[in-house]
This record gives sequence, C-alpha cells and structure tokens, in this order.
Amino acid sequence: MGSIRTISFDGVIVGGGGAGMRAALQLAQSGFKTAVITKVFPTRSHTVSAQGGITCAIASDDPNDDWRWHMYDTVKGSDYIGDQDAIEYMCSVGPEAVYELEHMGMPFSRTEEGRIYQRPFGGQSKNFGEGGQAARTCAAADRTGHALLHTLYQGNMKNNTVFFNEWYATDIVKNADGAVVGVIAICMETGETVYVKSRATVFATGGAGRIYASTTNAHINTGDGVGMSLRAGFPVQDIEMWQFHPTGIHGAGVLVTEGCRGEGGYLINKDGERFMERYAPNAKDLAGRDVVARSMVKEILEGRGCGPDGDHVLLKLDHLGEDVLLSRLPGICELSETFAHVDPTKEPVPVVPTCHYMMGGIPTNVNGQALTLDAQGNDQIIPGFYAVGEVACVSVHGANRLGGNSLLDLVVFGRASGLFIENALRDGIVMRDASDSDIEQGMSRLDKLNNSTGGENVAGLKKELQNIMQNHFGVFRNAEFMQQGIEKLAELRSRIDNAELSDKSQAYNTARIEALELHNLFEVAEATAITAEERKESRGAHARDDYQERDDENWLCHSLYSPGDKQVAKRAVNFEPKTVDTFAPKARVY
Amino acid sequence: MLQVSLYRYNPETDQEPWTQEVEFDSGGKDLMVLDVMEQIKAQDPTLAFRRSCREGVCGSDGVNINGKNGLACITALSETVRDNKLVIRPLPGLPVVRDLVVDMSMFYDQYEKVEPYLQNSSAPPAIERLQSPEERAKLDGLYECILCACCSTSCPSFWWNPDRFIGPAGLLQSYRFLADSRDTATEQRLSKLDDPYSVFRCHGIQNCVGVCPKGLNPTKAIGHIRNLLLERAI
Ligand SMILES: Cc1cc2nc3c(=O)[nH]c(=O)nc-3n(C[C@H](O)[C@H](O)[C@H](O)COP(=O)(O)OP(=O)(O)OC[C@H]3O[C@@H](n4cnc5c(N)ncnc54)[C@H](O)[C@@H]3O)c2cc1C
Ligand code: SF4
Ligand code: SF4
Ligand code: FES
Repeated sequence: MGSIRTISFDGVIVGGGGAGMRAALQLAQSGFKTAVITKVFPTRSHTVSAQGGITCAIASDDPNDDWRWHMYDTVKGSDYIGDQDAIEYMCSVGPEAVYELEHMGMPFSRTEEGRIYQRPFGGQSKNFGEGGQAARTCAAADRTGHALLHTLYQGNMKNNTVFFNEWYATDIVKNADGAVVGVIAICMETGETVYVKSRATVFATGGAGRIYASTTNAHINTGDGVGMSLRAGFPVQDIEMWQFHPTGIHGAGVLVTEGCRGEGGYLINKDGERFMERYAPNAKDLAGRDVVARSMVKEILEGRGCGPDGDHVLLKLDHLGEDVLLSRLPGICELSETFAHVDPTKEPVPVVPTCHYMMGGIPTNVNGQALTLDAQGNDQIIPGFYAVGEVACVSVHGANRLGGNSLLDLVVFGRASGLFIENALRDGIVMRDASDSDIEQGMSRLDKLNNSTGGENVAGLKKELQNIMQNHFGVFRNAEFMQQGIEKLAELRSRIDNAELSDKSQAYNTARIEALELHNLFEVAEATAITAEERKESRGAHARDDYQERDDENWLCHSLYSPGDKQVAKRAVNFEPKTVDTFAPKARVY
Repeated sequence: MLQVSLYRYNPETDQEPWTQEVEFDSGGKDLMVLDVMEQIKAQDPTLAFRRSCREGVCGSDGVNINGKNGLACITALSETVRDNKLVIRPLPGLPVVRDLVVDMSMFYDQYEKVEPYLQNSSAPPAIERLQSPEERAKLDGLYECILCACCSTSCPSFWWNPDRFIGPAGLLQSYRFLADSRDTATEQRLSKLDDPYSVFRCHGIQNCVGVCPKGLNPTKAIGHIRNLLLERAI
C-alpha cells in the first residue's frame, strides 16, 4: 500500500450512538473541528433499541427522591466494584443531563402534572434500601432509546456536526510516544481508506454482545472499540462481567424490557408459580438482573421450565390490562407478536436469560480519558485517547449494571468527555505527528486481510466462536468448562487471523467489514474467557459453581487484562466519593 | 424449496444489474426475510445489504420484498411468500450503490430540510419543560418514525420530484414538530413549506401508509400540514 490520504480534526468521535453523539454535540457547540465516524447512519446505532428508560433522580414520581439513593442502589447493584467517585458523578449530574435531553425535544412520556414519567425498574430503592421500591426510570413509552437517539441526532444536525456515516474504523494510529493520534478508516461506499488524524480520539463504539450465540444485541455490536484498543496494546477492565438479561424472547433473543416487570408483570414457571418470591422475597421480580437471571436458570435446571423442552420460563403481563400494555408497552406488544407469536394482552411471553450488556471495557476516569497501568501499578493516562458509553468502563456498573443506568452513562459521560476535551483543546494539545511507519502499523491488519488467499469462511468461524462463548462462559461458570473454552479459543485464533476475504472489491464491500469485525469479536471473547477463568469468586454477573461466594479479601477490585502477555492484573476500586460517605461493602440481598 | 430472486449489481464488476436465483431450504421454519438473506450471504459473502437491530427499530433494512417495500427483519416468509417465490430488490427510486444498498442522500436531505429539531425561543427552565399527557399524546404516531424510507420510496410523487417534494417521511417529521406544544417555530416552519412542491405534490395516493412498517400514517400528517397552510393563507 502506498501512502493514504489524511484528513484532520481537533476531535474525532468513533461511534454515533447515544454516547458518541452526546460527546459530539458538546464539541460541535464549542466550535472545534469535530467529526463523528460511524459504521451505520447514526439513528441505526444500537442505542435505538433501548426500551425501558433512563434512570435518574429527577424527583418527578417522588418529590423527595434523592440522587444519593440512586447512588446507593448503583453501588449495591455493582456488587461493590463500581467506582464510587464515578457513580457519584453520574447520579448527581444525571438530572441536568436528562433535562438537557428534554429541552432538546426528547418526547418523554408525561405525568398528569406534565412532568417526565418515571417507572419502577429492578434494583431501585428509596432511602438507601430502607424505603421500598422506587420509580426512577424516565421513559418515553418503551421506546426510550429511539427517542433519545433521534433527539441527539437532531441536536447535532442543528449544531452542524460533521458526520462520516458508513465509515468503518479499522485500527488506532499511535505515534512514537505511544499517544493515540487518530484512526484508520474505510469509507464503505467507495472503499477508500484514509488516515483520520485527531488530537482527541473518542471511542464510543458500543458493546459486543455478538460474541454470544444468543443475544439481545444488534448485528453491529461486534466490540470494534475493544478490539482496536487491545490490538494497540491497551488493557481492558472487568471484561469478564457480562450481563444476561432475564427477559430475552426465547428462540429469537430479542429483548422485552425490564419495564414489563416494572409495570407489574412477573415471571412464572411451568407450575404457574411466581418463583421470584422464593429467591428475592422483598424485591421479587425487580431484584438485580443477575439475581433474576440465575433464579430463572435454576428453575429451568431443576425441571420447572416451560415448553416441550422445558427450556424457558414465562413472563405474565395480561393482568395489567390492554390499556396499560398498549399505552406504556406498545413496542413490547409488537415484538412479542412478531417474534414469539403471542399477544401479551392474552398470553404470557416465553423468555430466557440472554446476553445483553458488557459491563467491562476500556478503563477511563470521569473525563473519559483512557487509562493503563504503569510499571509500578499506578494509573496512567493514555494521551489522546478517550472512551465513553458501553465500550468504556469508568466504572459505574461494576459487576452488574442496573436497568436504565446505561442510557444515563451515555449522556453523562458523553457530555463530560466533550467538556473536558473542549477545555484541553483550548489549553492547547501538542502531540507528535504520526510517522509513515506509525500509519503503516495501523494499516497492517487491513493490508493483510486485503492480501489474504485461502483461509476459512468468515460466517462459519463467527458461528463457532459464538457457540464456544455460549457454552463455556454463560450464566453459570466453572474452571473445567472455562479451561476447555479457552483451549478451543486458542485453536480458533490462527484460523480467524487467517480467515479469507475472497471478494476484494471496493464498493460497499460488507464482506470486508464482517471479516474485520470477526477479529474484534475474537479479541473480546478471548479477553473475556481468560479473565473469567482468573476471577476465582462469584460477584455480580460472574457466577461460578466452583467459587460460589464473593471474596472481598482477594477480589474486591477491578480485573485488568493486558493483551501482550494475556495476564490479568488487579486495579483498585475507588471508594472515595467527594460529597457523601463511602458505601462499604455488605451482603447483597434483595 | 423456496425460489429466491435477488437483485445484484456491483458497480466494479457488473455492466448492469442482474438477478441471482437461489434455491433456499428454510427447513420448514417461518423465518424472517432477513434470516434468509443472512443465510444466503453466509454462502455468498459478496451479497451486500444493510442491517443492524434485526427487530424493526433501526430502519436499516428497508427493501422491496415481492413488490412491496418493507423491513426484511420483521417480514416473515409466511406473510409475503406466495407460490414459493421471494423476490428481493432494492428500495425503488433511489440510486443503487451495490446490490440491495441504495444511496439514501436524497431521502436524508428532505428530512433535514424540515429542520427536524425542537425550536423554542424562550430560555429553558431549570427542570424539564412541562407538557400534559394530552399534549404529549399528539406526538404519538409521529415520533416513532425510524427513517427506513419505505414510504418515500413507494411514493410516485417522490420518485418524480425527489429534490423538491419533501416526501411522506420528511413531512411526517415536519408535523411531529408542528404538533409539539414545546415548539414555537410554527410560523417559520410553515412559511418554508409554502410552495407548490414541498407539500402540495402529495396526491393522497396513500402508498406510504400501506407500507410503513411502524404503522404510521404520513398521509394524515400531510393533511394536517395542508390544513395549517390553507388556514394561514386566509
Ligand atoms: C435491546 C436493548 C435494550 C436496552 N434498553 C436499555 C434501557 O432501557 N435503558 C438503558 O439504560 N440501557 C438499555 N440498554 C443498553 C443500552 O442501550 C446500550 O448500552 C447503549 O445504547 C450503548 O450506547 P453506545 O452509545 O455506547 O453505543 P451504540 O449505541 O451501540 O453505538 C455504537 C456506535 O459506534 C459505531 N461503531 C462501532 N464500531 C465502529 C467502527 N469500527 N467504526 C465506526 N463506527 C463504529 C456504530 O456505528 C454506532 O454508531 C439496552 C440494550 C439493548 C440491547
Ligand atoms: S399519500 Fe402523498 S406522500 Fe403518501 S404516497 Fe401518496 S403522494 Fe406520496
Ligand atoms: S414513516 Fe414509516 S415508512 Fe416512512 S420512514 Fe418513517 S417508519 Fe419508515
Ligand atoms: S435490521 Fe433494524 S429495522 Fe431491520
């Protein structure tokens, strides 16, 4: 490959979902030369699928609501490995960020008083767990993500943000100092490859649920940001923590929101028993997602599953009545009819825990600055590199994310990173330019793929990868199974590295994109597998048969997986919020 | 065996579009059209189409299925296949980039033209702007649009004047902001639409209503805008 064209910006945001567009909005308003690169038209990003809502103490449902209660729930939900300074920041700044969305035009549902409608979600309480169930999730019917994403796109349009739609970032470009100075990207329509140079590169590439065979995630959730970051030699944090959502539609994987249970729906087994009463006597169906998912799997394993194969349970909604269902959960009614062929106003919906959310990701501070550890084990900022949204691990979700907290994470930290970068640019950022060989380094994977001959079919390899993850790293894990999985992955690596791109054409070549995505899926899967095996305890979403207890003595910490030596280090959790007392770890009961 | 006909065109290798015929075994399952496309692509990776959410909310995979525009991911074979035939073509009326991928720029340009963002001349309050449930209900049937372009690319008026007629999708969004109690730019919005083409090229043929995968009704919204424009003229 000869030299490629360079385009330059002050700030480049890779990803046009909720997080990327919130960051972009901030930078566009500041007047700095900003661009968003996104592999799909922004409103087709996965944020559009979010249903239930955005959790935030705006005190609409309960005038006495307090962001500190939200903070308590979030810390507890995280099973105490969420960083308390970051959670404090998110919960306290949250209301402002949500009001901004409303002012931008987001069509929230409303209360009789004209305020934003809030519904109960899992893991929510009043008064630090003492005051019963709270209703803190702000909703636009059950299409909150759609409403949020379209509003943010519209806001960016109003502020003339530059979008590179259907451009695919392949790899990071680092300079001689190890700073991130942009990315290599392909314009999908023409196939042209360019170096996008930037003084601040923000990853907002979303999740990677497609590492599992069964997932609520869109096809495009292939972990590109994590893949690129690992290939650049940077670590990922808490990547073993994958949330399995209790209510994926059996067979299809499509999600029905936790809002269904928030509005009063509940799960039943084949005997018609409301089994969550046994597992979580207080919160019942609104216990933490990890708790509900495990209870469901136990019901199924103990022979109380439904259907001819006894492989799912049922979500009962009909008792809520047609009026509530059609006004508050219209999208769910549609999805249930399309994908489960049931009308929820009459029959229960077959559901099963399904891979949903990546709690781990690129470690960052509250400004979105990406971190690594230096030789002494101290946090070190990676110059020029930022991450926000699901790809980031700031960490507000720890070992288990609460429903509605992701959308809040997107807008709060999208905004925070934008603000920080704006100031940094104003103060002046000096970075050495990338040399030709730095750029070539960034191009090397793509070059190799473009010159590939022979090798296996991408679709087949992807399926194999997804089945390994599904079978060996699911809701319940143990050493023996995980080690088998790790061996299988090791065998798969070279086959995936050498996968074939038979079609070398330029124009809208989706085969090339899918081959590049497969590499990223593999990176995420391998990091997940190795780290999951290493964390010898059960915490949040990481549940092991062979280590059933939480082990605060050894594992009250983040895991940090380094790609070079494939070793897992430990990183301290922040227990020092600025304005409230520390929430000390205690047993997590619902 | 299902007979699948796919529209194929790669500008680098094909002089002109051609039709690929594939015999497809659905294994007796009532798959979605997108599943069929994915399985064909697994065998023949050169086939290009857009897709993302696979649940009818992102609007990526609008295509023409057996003559009717729709989303491949939520169109079940049982709904569309007759005589064992499944014909998949790109959305009509837009330039083809490759295979089933069309150039949507003209569609997006019309969307942008209606300034689809809230405009309110007063400074926002410290909390949210209040809106009653009744006022909010006026946005139902409007805000849910996923910009799939199924409607506009089935509209003869849009085919003939894609540069001057806003088209059903854009007009639906225009009305979404006209109908919002929080928007104060009604007059400016209407004055920008007040020409013979932007709105008045709609002849009420309702192709758009028949194909909208979200069950929205652009014709009705266009009727409201038309009334507002006529009232304004008096
Ligand atoms: C079905 C479902 C329902 C959910 N409901 C809720 C809910 O009710 N409340 C809640 O809080 N959370 C919910 N979540 C979680 C939440 O929606 C996601 O975590 C969140 O939307 C992720 O947003 P994001 O901005 O980080 O990434 P995304 O929205 O996934 O966007 C990623 C962006 O990155 C771009 N991109 C990725 N890779 C590349 C690349 N290589 N080159 C260029 N661009 C790239 C994509 O084009 C896209 O624009 C839900 C998740 C699912 C799956
Ligand atoms: S009703 Fe109007 S907008 Fe809809 S298809 Fe007919 S002419 Fe087009
Ligand atoms: S109105 Fe319906 S058909 Fe038209 S773009 Fe919107 S969702 Fe698609
Ligand atoms: S893939 Fe999103 S609408 Fe069909």
